[in-house]
This record gives sequence, structure tokens and C-alpha cells, in this order.
Amino acid sequence: MAIVPNPYKTTGVLGWIDDRFPLTKLYRDHLSQYYAPKNFNFWYYFGSLALLVLVNQLISGILLAMHYKPSAAEAFGSVEYIMRDVPWGNIIRYMHSTGASAFFIVVYLHMYRGLIYGSYKKPRELIWVFGCLIFLVLMAEAFCGYVLPWGQMSYWGAQVIISLFGTIPFIGPDIVTWVQGDYIPADATLNRLFSLHVVALPFVLVGLVVAHLIALHEVGSNNPDGVDIKKFKDPETHIPLDGIGFHPYYTVKDLVGVSVFLIIFVGVICFAPDGGGYLLEKPNFQEANPLVTPPHITPAWYFGAFYAMLRATPSMFSSALPGVIVMFGAVLILFTLPWLDRNPVKSIRYKGNLTKALTLLFAIDFVMLNYLGMQPPSELYTLLSRIGSVYYFGFFVSLLFIHNFETAKPVPERVTE
Amino acid sequence: MQNAAAGPKGIGPEGASPGSEVDQGRRRFLTLATSGVGAVGAGFVVWPFLASLKPSERAKALGAPVKADIAGLEDGQMLTLAWRGKPVWIIKRTPAMIESLTKVKAEVADPESSVQQQPEYAKNETRSIKPGIMVMVGSCTHLGCSPTFRPDYPAPEIAPNWQGGFYCPCHGSKFDLAGRVYKGVPAPINLLVPPYRFDGDTNIVIGEDQVAA
Repeated sequence: MAIVPNPYKTTGVLGWIDDRFPLTKLYRDHLSQYYAPKNFNFWYYFGSLALLVLVNQLISGILLAMHYKPSAAEAFGSVEYIMRDVPWGNIIRYMHSTGASAFFIVVYLHMYRGLIYGSYKKPRELIWVFGCLIFLVLMAEAFCGYVLPWGQMSYWGAQVIISLFGTIPFIGPDIVTWVQGDYIPADATLNRLFSLHVVALPFVLVGLVVAHLIALHEVGSNNPDGVDIKKFKDPETHIPLDGIGFHPYYTVKDLVGVSVFLIIFVGVICFAPDGGGYLLEKPNFQEANPLVTPPHITPAWYFGAFYAMLRATPSMFSSALPGVIVMFGAVLILFTLPWLDRNPVKSIRYKGNLTKALTLLFAIDFVMLNYLGMQPPSELYTLLSRIGSVYYFGFFVSLLFIHNFETAKPVPERVTE
Repeated sequence: MQNAAAGPKGIGPEGASPGSEVDQGRRRFLTLATSGVGAVGAGFVVWPFLASLKPSERAKALGAPVKADIAGLEDGQMLTLAWRGKPVWIIKRTPAMIESLTKVKAEVADPESSVQQQPEYAKNETRSIKPGIMVMVGSCTHLGCSPTFRPDYPAPEIAPNWQGGFYCPCHGSKFDLAGRVYKGVPAPINLLVPPYRFDGDTNIVIGEDQVAA
């Protein structure tokens, strides 16, 4: 088959490649001629930052896996070895442990951006669904990684989370044994979580990120005004009038975000790597001991809200299953957001005041639940967790009809400055 | 599938002589049959993968039930053995010891054993299958220390109304002779009763449930 001359008229090495592989096409489609709305604001940093943190996790993770030993007998010792004896090992581990928390911070902000600007609405439903899948896999990935140092909190955290499967009626206890590969969390459990953490889940995660970006670049980015920039195109070039090439305009803008992020990130790594016990929890500096339960078992901070909802749900028919359903429901309801939200207005800028207030309250509610999930239970906290959980779900349900009770502002034709 | 668009009869793919008709029914049958056989094959491949995650023979051997011979156990005596890395106590309770359980009922936090810390068949007044034989895991529900057996009473240094039981030297938690936790101590719940069953009169198998009698 004859080579079809490439339409970009590239020559030399690039031309040779372009005849065989769509390198220039990919560069143009996804960078230089991917036209993004010109009015991106602060909230639009977190997508590229999430990508940066993903790369940080992959590189630091590959290096850690070269020194870490995934066995119950050696894991804790090998982490100490990384911290004390491996050249730069402590910094690489802190990059990875701080990166895990940073990942959730930027992902939560990225998701909230999607929520306030209606970035999940038609035609971007699948971008949102892929994003939710990324979040789900990220949670699994974080949980597996949390267990690997085999400290006290690793061990008992694993015990609590795996025992959630035990609440499934009839087959629950057998599922727990199957998941653990033993009757208690043990060597087999640690070994398989390591396999998931370094092979299976990163594979899925990177694949989903690619799908997320392909879907985004197919339909184009939303923007803070929630208007479609493709409606007004230059009649000759067919470039959206309100669009600018991702490269160099947004690559340069994102570099500013990256710089600020790295200042904070490196600051934490160097000056507060354990984040006051929130990034690395104190009981995890003791080796796992199946005979000794820590006084109160807390999840990692980024699971706090979901853990609070688990604890807030009372047992029914002497089974903790309802709490487990509520906790997983809190993640799964995110998937349905594009179909729950019936508001014809996309961006919060032009929605009514009621929706604005409820959306702000949702953020406060989520932060509150996160805090409550990390505290030892008390009567007041349980009550607050219950109110918070009801509001969390109530907010999503309210999106079905709340716009009927408010007046929206007129949405402009083109993006505003 | 793409032939459906070509007309009701469908035209064969590239290379087929023009006008030759495709037997759509036969094609559909072959597609379904191939997919069906493939799915069954995939199922057979998936099974060993999933089954490989079950406890290995080594894990099963380490977690196997433990058999205890209690023929030589004297009244009021305690036997300790290890099961899945935890100490398990077997106490031969005297009638006085069984009686003590009602005497301290007002002082224990969960006298009815409402928290699931025992198999269903041991959820009773004495937390046991036979009132005379108590079986429980000897690690404190507070921080996992192993409490000390203190059958002697009175012992005012432990509690004014001490009727015999267990005292945890680490943080002072107190349990009665059925492993029920006293009120106002650090341990939140009763000691764990493991699954166990009697094998004849003098043997106890720990780690296996009693078959419903």
C-alpha cells in the first residue's frame, strides 16, 4: 500500500513519522489547535494539577516499589529502611504520601468546579462519568496504598474496610475470607493489595484518565459562563471566536498554577511531611499488631466524609449493612448527577440565589462530614453526622426541582471577560 | 451487522461474487454459538483466577480449628491455648462461679450480651453452650492486653463487690467470669466468645461452629 502523503506537509524526520503515525495530528488536535474557552479562571487549574500529581505518584511509586517488600514480616521494616537508609528515600516516600493527599485535594476541587459550572451537563455527561470512575479507582488505590506500610493504622484500617464486605447477607463472612486470603488480615492480604496498588489499579486509572481526556477533547471544555463557544466561529478559519489554543495559552497559564502548587507541595514535604498526623497518622509509626487495637481507628482524612456517613447510619435488623449502603451510595450518587440536575442553566453565575446557597452549603457540609469522620464518636457528632448525611443526599435530590422555585439570571450569548 | 444497512437480503462482504446472497439466519446462529462457547470458555478461565484468592493451604493449616481435651480440667481451673495467634481460655466453672454471674449483673455494662461478641448459641445468661464450661478469647477488647484470671474474692482492691473474674493489668478493665465487661472501665464491650463445639464430653473444638442441635 502506498503511503498517503500527510496533509500537514511536514518534512524531514517529522514528515517521515507523520506518514506512519499521526504525531502532528495528535499535537494539533490535543494541544495547539484544541480551542479552549478564553475565560478559564482559578478553578480550572485543578485538572492539570491532578495530572501532575498522577505523574508524581507514578514516578515516586515506581522508585518506592524498588525498595519495598510486600510481606507482613518485612513490610514495616522495609519502609523504615526506605526512610533511614535509602539515599533520598525519605523524600521519595514523602512525595508519595503527601502526593496521595494532594491528589484528593485537587480532585475534590476539580469535582466541585464541575458541580458549580455544570460541566457534567449535556454533552459532557460521559466526561463526568469517566471522572467519577477515576475517583472510585483512586479511592481503591489510596486504600491499598494506605495498608502497605503495615503499621497499626494500616492494619486496623484494612480490618475495618474489609469487614464492610462482611455485612453482605449470607455470603458476607465467606467474602471477607476470600478477599483477605486468610481468616484475619495477614500476609496474603498485604501481598494482594500490593499487586492491586502497583499493577492493576494504576493501569485502570491511567486508562480512565485517557478516556476522560478523549471525551473532553471530543466535545470541548465548558467554561465559567457555561455558554457554548462553538456557536460563534470565525467564518473563515472556523475557530471559535472565544476559543484560544490550549498550547501555548493554557499550558503557560497552568505553569503558574503548577508553580504555586509545587511551592506548597514541596513546603509540606520538607517542613510538615506527616501533616500533624493527618497525612501520616501517628499509630502508623508502630508495626501492625493483630492483638492490639488502637484506641480509635480513623480513616485517612480524604475518606472522612464517607466514613462519617457510614457511622451515622444506625444498624437495622442487627446488621451494619445500611451504613455500608449509604457510604457506597454517597459515591455512586455522583454518577447520576448529569441526570439529576434538571436546571436548564449550566453555570452557577446565572442560577438563582437558592441554588447558589445550597451549593455553597454542600461544600460546607462535605468539609464538616470529613472532619466528623476523623473524630471519635460522640452524641453531638453523631447527630451532626446524621444531619450532614441527610443534607448530602438531599442536595442531589433537590437538583431535580429546586430551579422551579427561583428565577435565573439571563445567560449571555458569549463568554464574559 | 453492517450488512443490515445494505438491504433486507444483505450483500456479501468484499470478494464475494456480486449478487450472492448471505444467509442471515445462519450467520446469526454462528455468531451466537461462537459467542456462547467463548463465554463458557472465559468462565472456565476466570474460575481458577478467582479461586486462587481463597486462603492457601498454608493459611488454612495455620487457621485450622484447635482441639482441646478438658478431661483433666479441675473445678475452677483455667486452660489457655492458642488459636489463630490469640489466647483462648477454657474455664471449668463451679456452681458458685455460675451463681456469681447473677450477683454482678447490675455492675456489668452489657448483661444481656446484646453486642455481637459471641455466636448465637452462646448468647445466653452464661455466654456458653454448657454453663459449666466457659470458652472465650483472652484479649482485652480495649487494647488487646491479656487480662489476668482472678477467681479469688473478695478482692476490694479490684472492686467492692468482686465475685471473681478477670482484671486487665494494662488499663484496669474488669470482666466477670463470663467475660462481661464492668461499667466504667476502658474496655467498651464484652470479651469475644469464639465459635466452638463439643466433640464428645471431654473435647472442645475451637474455631468450628456448633451444629444446630
